[in-house]
Amino acid sequence: MSPESSKRFRVSAYNFGFLDEGSKREIRRSTLKAVAIPGYQVPFASRELPIGKGWGTGGMQLSLSLAGSRDTIKVIDQGHDDSVNAVSIRHLIQSCTQVEMTRDSQAASLIQSRHRIPEIPLRKDQILILQVPQPDPLKKVESHEKKVKQLHADKDYKGMWLHLYEDISQWGDISISADYPSTAHERYLFAPSPLPRWDVPKLNHSEALCLLGAGREKKIYAIPPHTQVTPLAFDDVPFTTENFGKASCKNCGADNVYLDEFIDDETGQKTYSCSDTGYCHQRMAERRIQ
Amino acid sequence: MFDTIQHEPVLSVQHLSKRFGPGCSSCDEQKLPSNICAACGTIWACKDMTFDLFQGEILGIVGESGSGKSTLMRCLHFEQEATRGAVYMRDYDQRSTDTLTISRQEKQYIKDHVLGLVYQNPWEGLRMDFSSGGNIAEKLIAADYRHVRTIDQRAEELLEKVDIPIERMSECPRYFSGGMQQRVQISKALANQPPLLFLDEVTTGLDLSVQAKVLDLIRMLQREFHVSILIVSHDLSVIRMLADRTMVLKDGDIIETGLTDQILEDPQHPYTQLLVQSLI
Repeated sequence: MSPESSKRFRVSAYNFGFLDEGSKREIRRSTLKAVAIPGYQVPFASRELPIGKGWGTGGMQLSLSLAGSRDTIKVIDQGHDDSVNAVSIRHLIQSCTQVEMTRDSQAASLIQSRHRIPEIPLRKDQILILQVPQPDPLKKVESHEKKVKQLHADKDYKGMWLHLYEDISQWGDISISADYPSTAHERYLFAPSPLPRWDVPKLNHSEALCLLGAGREKKIYAIPPHTQVTPLAFDDVPFTTENFGKASCKNCGADNVYLDEFIDDETGQKTYSCSDTGYCHQRMAERRIQ
Repeated sequence: MFDTIQHEPVLSVQHLSKRFGPGCSSCDEQKLPSNICAACGTIWACKDMTFDLFQGEILGIVGESGSGKSTLMRCLHFEQEATRGAVYMRDYDQRSTDTLTISRQEKQYIKDHVLGLVYQNPWEGLRMDFSSGGNIAEKLIAADYRHVRTIDQRAEELLEKVDIPIERMSECPRYFSGGMQQRVQISKALANQPPLLFLDEVTTGLDLSVQAKVLDLIRMLQREFHVSILIVSHDLSVIRMLADRTMVLKDGDIIETGLTDQILEDPQHPYTQLLVQSLI
């Protein structure tokens, strides 16, 4: 075999969706359990993929186990459709399933995303799949897996509350910007991927099913449609989302969206643009038509 | 002191036994001469203990080391599972359910809302890397306080009461002296004013002046809040000073119960006599 051919990844040798049917079934079984117990982390037999663990393998396994030939899939990385991670994941999914790929969140039936939820509210016929690096919010306050499981079972979340309290007494406010600890249906405390605070309220009573997969940590959990999602907050220090003031997107002019900040190296001037590029492009296209 | 005591028990312990080991057919705990079964080596740390604790009362538990004092305390605080017996608490559901049989979540509720426990070693009861204010906040949060300002105020109030300067509130107990740590631990246990307080050798290892401060504090608490207190100690002078009633334990048995004065002045059981005579 020449060095050239050994490097090439021959997709045709693999099953539809890369994973074999037995693996897919195992992942779906764990997914069903996760849907049945909102916010509860279901352990699953995380498979090896041609990308490294920690690079979205949890989300990929969910996408590959759910994808059917009639699906349309969108892949997002921090809001972007065209960053390296999104492009390579999209390429892998497409090469081993041949399903249609899209950048339009409304045209997609499956959306795999890292760290963002699209700006346009999702519908009930869509599934949102989030890649999660650290599925357990309690790992921040207790490092032993066994104890953490016991705390979840006892619904003993005072460690997390105390963490927030110390944050407030030290900094005057809660300093957690992404991955804000929230409860599902007033029972399980879960880590909402590392979504910015902006996106957490979108999970509350969402129309779409949201699945969260952590490949390295071998956990799947879910926020089923119409689940009550409550961010932890004290009565006098309520949960707040990011505030961009009067800033708006320099490309499409949107102002009620999550914005990325850019600083010009030479002038030092701050500009903003939509973090959700699919949404931004759509708005710009509409403008051109008008 | 006695007029605050009512006739309905706050805590009622019935036939509580705790076994360490497999147990066997020959080790019926009530017939064992000591607390170790000769046949299977099983240790019976508590044997068929029955007693009540009343509102506003301080009940002392004395006994030598290995007599089952701490095991009893840990069983009542659900840290160890009792082998047999029943425990009823007025402030859980008016003593209608045996709290040893309820779910872990319900037990957690009792620990957070009804009980306060002060360990002999402050390292067990405190988070040493959190501020003292945070430690008190933990108990308040556990008892469903969700208002930061209220929690702050309450923590300040409590630390003031136990003579810890407010400016040290944001310091970790790790950097405090043993006596100060113990006082922080007591204020943590008391933060949400639980009706039941368990004190496990709270003054052991403290120097005399600090001991006196802690004892004063406990007396003051009992007077002000009418908490019912179960206090374990091997120090008879602590018991004499605090307890209304006293139970003497030996080898897992309650060998004598009575008013503290009565026990100390006129001990009936040979072991109690020995104990009282050993008092310097």
